[in-house]
Parts: sequence; C-alpha cells; structure tokens
Amino acid sequence: MPSAPLRIAGASGFWGDRNDALLDQLRGGPVDFVMLDYLAEITMSILRVKKMRDPNAGYAGDFLKALAPALGEIVARGVRVTTNAGGMNPRGCAEAVVALARQQGHTGLRVGLVEGDDLVDRLGALHDAGVPLSHLDTGAPFASIRERVLAANAYLGADPIAEALRQGAQIVVTGRCTDSALALGPLLFHYGWAADDWNRRAAGVIAGHVIECGGQASGGNFAGGWETVPDLANLGYPIVEVDESGDFTVTKHPGLGGLVSAAVVKEQLLYEIGDPRAYRTPDATADFTSFTLTDLGGDRVRIAGVRGGPPPDQLKVSIAYQDGFTNAVGLTFVWPHAIERARATERLLLERCAKLGIQIDAHHVDWIGVNGAWGPMAPPPPEQPAEVLFRMAIRTRDRDSAKRFGEEIAPLVLSGVPGACSGLLTGRPEPRPVVNFWPALVPRDAVSPRVEVLVA
Amino acid sequence: MKRFLYDLAHARAGDKGDLCNIGVIARRPEYWPVLQREVTAERVKAWFGDWCRGPVERYELPNLQALNFVLHGALDGGGLVSLRLDTQGKTYGFALLRMEIEVPDDLEVPRLV
Repeated sequence: MPSAPLRIAGASGFWGDRNDALLDQLRGGPVDFVMLDYLAEITMSILRVKKMRDPNAGYAGDFLKALAPALGEIVARGVRVTTNAGGMNPRGCAEAVVALARQQGHTGLRVGLVEGDDLVDRLGALHDAGVPLSHLDTGAPFASIRERVLAANAYLGADPIAEALRQGAQIVVTGRCTDSALALGPLLFHYGWAADDWNRRAAGVIAGHVIECGGQASGGNFAGGWETVPDLANLGYPIVEVDESGDFTVTKHPGLGGLVSAAVVKEQLLYEIGDPRAYRTPDATADFTSFTLTDLGGDRVRIAGVRGGPPPDQLKVSIAYQDGFTNAVGLTFVWPHAIERARATERLLLERCAKLGIQIDAHHVDWIGVNGAWGPMAPPPPEQPAEVLFRMAIRTRDRDSAKRFGEEIAPLVLSGVPGACSGLLTGRPEPRPVVNFWPALVPRDAVSPRVEVLVA
Repeated sequence: MKRFLYDLAHARAGDKGDLCNIGVIARRPEYWPVLQREVTAERVKAWFGDWCRGPVERYELPNLQALNFVLHGALDGGGLVSLRLDTQGKTYGFALLRMEIEVPDDLEVPRLV
C-alpha cells in the first residue's frame, strides 16, 4: 500500500511577501512542512548593507514577524519549517528564533542552523590559488572587482537541511542556499532518497521550484487569465504533495482563494529556469522537458516522470560588490508638447551637469505613460499626450555627483520649461549606493557546510 | 493574418543578473505549432531592439507546449544597477506578447485585446 505523500507548503516567495501566509498555510488544512524563501539576488546585497551598519542584522526579520503568531500552532501540530531567512547572518536569525521560542514558553524547541555558505574571508585566497571567479555570464575577470567585494555566498544544497532535520530540528534556518533545497531537504529526510538517485532528487528540485515563489504558483501574477482567479485578497499559497516515487501534485488549501491550473503551474515552472534541459543545482541537474503535466481539476495539477542527472562539480557563488551610485529625478509635463518639453529638460539637465562638474557615467530617460517600461517596444505615443512623467536616472562612481544631480531637479519648476509639477519624484532625491551582483563558480570541495542544532 | 502574440500565448518574465528569462506558453494546443514557427530567437532579438544587447536563446518544452527565451544583456546591467523604470524586466513578458505574428487564416483565434 502506498504511504501518504509528504505535504510541503510554500509561505514566502521573497523578502517583502505577505507575513500572514504562514498562518494561512497552517490553519487551512494538513501540512507536514512549510518552507519560506526570502532570498533573491537583490536581497543578499540589501542584507549585506544592513549587516555593515549593524553586525546583529543581516537576516530577513520578516521571518520572525511571520513566525511570532504561528509558533504555537507549529509546535502543537508538529509541523516543521525550513527557511533561508538567515541571509547574511543565519546564526543571528536562528538565535532570534530561539529567543522567540523561550519568550513564548516553547522551551526545548530545536532550531537547526546551516552555515558555511559565507566565503567572503576566503575569496582572495581562492583566487590566489587559481580559482578564476570570472563572471559567469560575461566572463569578465574577477580582478576588476576584487578590491570592491562586500560579500560572497555559495549556493548550498539540500543535504545540510536534511541533516539538521535528522538531528531533530523542527525549524531549520539557512543562509544562501538554492530555493528548491528548502523543499528537497525535507524530502531527503523523509524518504531517504539515495545520494545518486538523480531522478527523485530532480523531482524534488522541481517541486521546490514550483512553490518557492509563493503565490505565483497558485494564481498570483498569472498572465494567462488573471480575471479568472478567485479571491486574490485571500490567496492560498501553493502546496506540493510528493510521493516516494518523486511524482507530485501541486495544490492549495480549499478554503482559500487562488487557482491551481495547468496554465498557472506552467508559468511558474518556466520562471527563471534558463536552459530547461539543464537546470543546475548542487543537488541534481533537472530536466524540465522530461515530465508530464496533467490538470486533474479541483485545483490539482499532477507532475510525473521527472528525470535528472548529476549536479555540476562546481557550486555557484554570488558575490556582492560596490559599484558606484545611482539617482533618479522626475517631473510631470502636461499638454501640449509634453514630450518636446521632456526632451528639452533632458538636454537642460545634461548642460547643468557639464557646467557644475557633475560626473555621469551613464544616464537613462523614461517618459512614463509613453515608453517607461518598454522602451523601443512601446507603441508610438499619441500625438499630444495629456501628460508625460519625465524620469531621468544616472549612474556614477562619485557619490557627491549623484547627490548634486538630485539637487538639480527642483529648481527647474521655476527655472526650467513650463507646465510641470513634481508629484511622484519630489524634493531632492538622495543617491543610492549600488551593491552589484557577480555570479561565479567555486570548486565543490572549497565549501564545507556546517550543521548545528540550537535548543530553546 | 497578423495577430498579437497575446491572443495565442501567455508569458512570465524573470531575471538572473543581466539575463531576462521569458517563458511563453500556448493558450491552446493548436497554437503550439504557430508559436514554434513564428516566435523565433531572431524575431525576439529584433523586437527588443537595443534594449537587448546580447544574443537571444530559445528552448522548446513540448511537454508544456511552451518556449523559454533567455535574453542576454537585456536588463541594463542587471536589476541592481539598471537605470530603467522596470529594473528586473518584470513587464517584458507582456512586452513580448505585444509582438505581432502571422497566424494561418483558417485558425480560429479569439481576440483578447
């Protein structure tokens, strides 16, 4: 007789997602695990900046906000939780969970901690030892950013998470790991799949990929028929029910809003996957062309027959580095000749920058309402639009230039071309330091994940 | 006849550094051969113009009746450094769906726009 499938619920797709989704997933019906993903490429850079300001920060504090009202239910029902909320400071995050548990009287709660992704102190030595660390997409040499590196984190896989669960952790906190590892870890723990069972591991990777982006797999951000999705305000986040074979069903709790259909799940399957035949993770290489997808109706979509292969022998590392400053200013121009006046304002600002010695490495202009989002793909503007929001953004290595550029917009209300109001981009916009992202590869044996269990 | 790709497909876009990934999915099984024939990497590259500075790769997923496009150098350096309004290319799926493609006259395709 086949055993019951393992039910894993997604409850966060990024840092900034709904904090009440965790409670919804716990109360909406039976689940065995809940996974919460907080880390995008952008998030790691933001967390790095936060940790530079405060050594105790650097993790996604939202996890604690989501957890506080849910912890009692998690403990009472024996649900287990995996999250990469640790970001740049997984120990700080795990200790905060322990403190929360003690405060709520859940003494004895076991909190797993996965470390070892942070390579920043060893990056120079690795480079000196012959690891190229060239940019994964462009091939640019690491030497061009070596002096500006702020952080370096390898993408860990699912095995350390499974190990923390074997050691009795009820909540597992990691730093940088692949998003899908948050689901595959529980599957490896529960089913004990072999280390070289590439098909099952790849199935777990794809199951994790489906629920790692929260509501995007259950009707949120659905381009194929958003008007058909019921009750987005009470969107039920996605759940995977995974069999021992690796075949799984995507679904959601019946009492909540949202939609799980073939079209919805296909959109999420394709999200950010690159070459679908070779989706590389530290745990397996998954083939997104290998499986069948069947809409069973009733918010249930079946995925069966996933095939995979071994992982690459190198791990991806995400390096954050300082890359100058940006700033953006704006004015709204009204009919008539709004676009002509936007063009004149662009010229005027460039002349002012030249006159004042404001250094600009690159600038970009949007006419919001006309071509802001789409540039050359936008349809031709109407001959005389009622209004155009002129937005001009610059990039520069010089912080003072970025600041002074922000000061040049307000005077144009009196000293520029007529027919403008401020509105969205008001006052003196402040420069934004850019922490850029540099993907590279490191040998697998250069990274040693560490697992520890803290007890509340 | 010329039709918006939107009438035949839906799409989702995402980012990886300076790469934009766009999945394009047939709304009906009978549209799948049209997508395979019409939505080539060359046409996608041309449609994005100078907003896509590198090559475009196209992958087929027959099991999902879907195409996946990877646009290199399409995000003005990447989401963290881009000066554009849409720093991560979140709207580029819809941008691609606005492209017009040639559809056989005898294929019934309801207008959605």
